[in-house]
Amino acid sequence: MGFMPTISRDEVAHLARLARLDLREDELDHYAEQLDIILASVARVAEVAAADVPATSHPIPLTNVMRADVARVWLTAEEALSGAPASDGRRFRVPRILDEE
Amino acid sequence: MTADAVIPFDDAIAAFDPVMGLEVHVELSTASKMFCSCPTEFGAEPNSQVCPVCLGLPGALPAVNAAAIEAAIRIGLALNCSVAEWCRFARKNYFYPDMPKNFQTSQYDEPICFDGYLDVDVPTADGIKKVRIEIERAHMEEDTGKALHVGGSTGRIHGADFSLVDYNRAGIPLIEIVTRPIEGAEQFAPEVARAYVAALREILRSLDVSDVRMEQGSLRCDVNLSLRRTPADPLGTRSETKNVNSLRSVERAVRYEIGRQAALLQAGGKVVQETRHWHEDTGVTTSGRSKEGAEDYRYFPEPDLLPIAPDPAWVEELRATLPENPAVRRARLATEWGLTDFEMDSLINAGALDLVIATVAAGGDQARARKWWTGELTRIANDRGVDVHDLGVTPEHVVRIETLISEGALNDKLARQVIEGVIAGEGDPDAVVASRGLAVVSDDGPLLAAIDEALAANPDVIEKIMGGKQQAAGVIVGAVMKATRGQADAARVRALLFDKLGVVEEA
Ligand SMILES: [Zn+2]
Repeated sequence: MGFMPTISRDEVAHLARLARLDLREDELDHYAEQLDIILASVARVAEVAAADVPATSHPIPLTNVMRADVARVWLTAEEALSGAPASDGRRFRVPRILDEE
Repeated sequence: MTADAVIPFDDAIAAFDPVMGLEVHVELSTASKMFCSCPTEFGAEPNSQVCPVCLGLPGALPAVNAAAIEAAIRIGLALNCSVAEWCRFARKNYFYPDMPKNFQTSQYDEPICFDGYLDVDVPTADGIKKVRIEIERAHMEEDTGKALHVGGSTGRIHGADFSLVDYNRAGIPLIEIVTRPIEGAEQFAPEVARAYVAALREILRSLDVSDVRMEQGSLRCDVNLSLRRTPADPLGTRSETKNVNSLRSVERAVRYEIGRQAALLQAGGKVVQETRHWHEDTGVTTSGRSKEGAEDYRYFPEPDLLPIAPDPAWVEELRATLPENPAVRRARLATEWGLTDFEMDSLINAGALDLVIATVAAGGDQARARKWWTGELTRIANDRGVDVHDLGVTPEHVVRIETLISEGALNDKLARQVIEGVIAGEGDPDAVVASRGLAVVSDDGPLLAAIDEALAANPDVIEKIMGGKQQAAGVIVGAVMKATRGQADAARVRALLFDKLGVVEEA
């Protein structure tokens, strides 16, 4: 079986854009190659699983783990904002949004 | 921005068949958030209800709120949905600072409730139309934070210099209820949309799972709308109008979008699939984010939350303890109260049935309660462009005012002033009565003095009344009411007048 890339360079560029990663052309090539190896490895695992084995999302067979609806104050605004790069009054200050439009 | 062309609604409907999809987001009124224990008070100081989980700090682990799951299932059951035997949460990945985690925890292809319907009575010019709205799904997710855009053209996203974010709302449980495409509504599409949201709100209110206050955003509606030439054609391209936040706006937004899309199509143009913003003040929608490419949310199962598998016995228990369906209840009350279809319709049209029921439950008389809610209070609400639920008048207030009237402490005119005071935020009826000094003059002394004065000013009245023209008494009663600035009991004044003249009042 010859080498069949499972992820295209265009797909990597698309994912990078969605993840707000500004990748150079050579980085795109580099990551496309690496991701392809990872996906190929995962694909090998998929070959082992028969069609009647559903994809696993949670390896531990537990369900319905819930907490009671009881409110509790955790942080003050000052504490919450203490690690923020920028704040203004009691709010987080973030760069302008949707600049690209 | 140039205004979009719009053609008259009737012309649009004559040429096109509208298809709608409605997505309603309901904020649950749980005490704590969906995946953390932060409180959910509305209007708290910014960022005072946050924690490592809802701030998306590294290492924080979410835990599902059991009350939110219960509310989701009850909502689904009330909407005649099937409840999933097993379902998962999913991450909806996107970068926008209203979600500090860079994803929203939601549900994707495994909603907790699906395949339901809601039968809706739609008030139209042709009378009540019964329409079945099919529910595709009701799934669980979390609300986002609130961003304030500063600089540039104020308040708008475009041109903002920076944004200030409050995460108090981030993580509050939301249920998103999505309809299947609503076809066949034709010229009644705006009314159908409004009636559906109203009926949904009524059910949610009866379940006591949410404040359902549209103006506060605890119930929000997105309106998807597309046009096609005939019902036989495939669905057209739709627009998605976001955050339509009153029943009236739902109706207006549908009407507007039909006119706008029709104008576009008539002129040979194409409808763009996009998000549009509704402007309450001008009654138009404007283009927002283009949907193309924006829907790549890369959903995947949330690894930090375990699947939900509701115990069927529990689901049946929840089903058995659902409150009476509001539509069924309506039919029952019409019988119990002996209302005609017309009376029931006007009660429904006023959107005040639940208020009347609550007023009766609080000890009020149904006829008087109806008179208040569908009369004076609806009129005031319409004048102010708000929902009658949001005037700040409660069923208990109405009962109290009625009690004061029956005790003779208030007359109708004073009662209306009390209502004014309550709406103005002056407190409950007793507080308004006290602070405004509103009380019927119950002491006969001042009334008799005012009657004497009025008789002196209208000497011909005595003769008329003695001569059998009892309606002439109205002049004196009116003068006394005026002299006491409305604080007299008209019936009492009348009785005193006839008593004084020694005339027997005709029935
Ligand atoms: Zn939290």
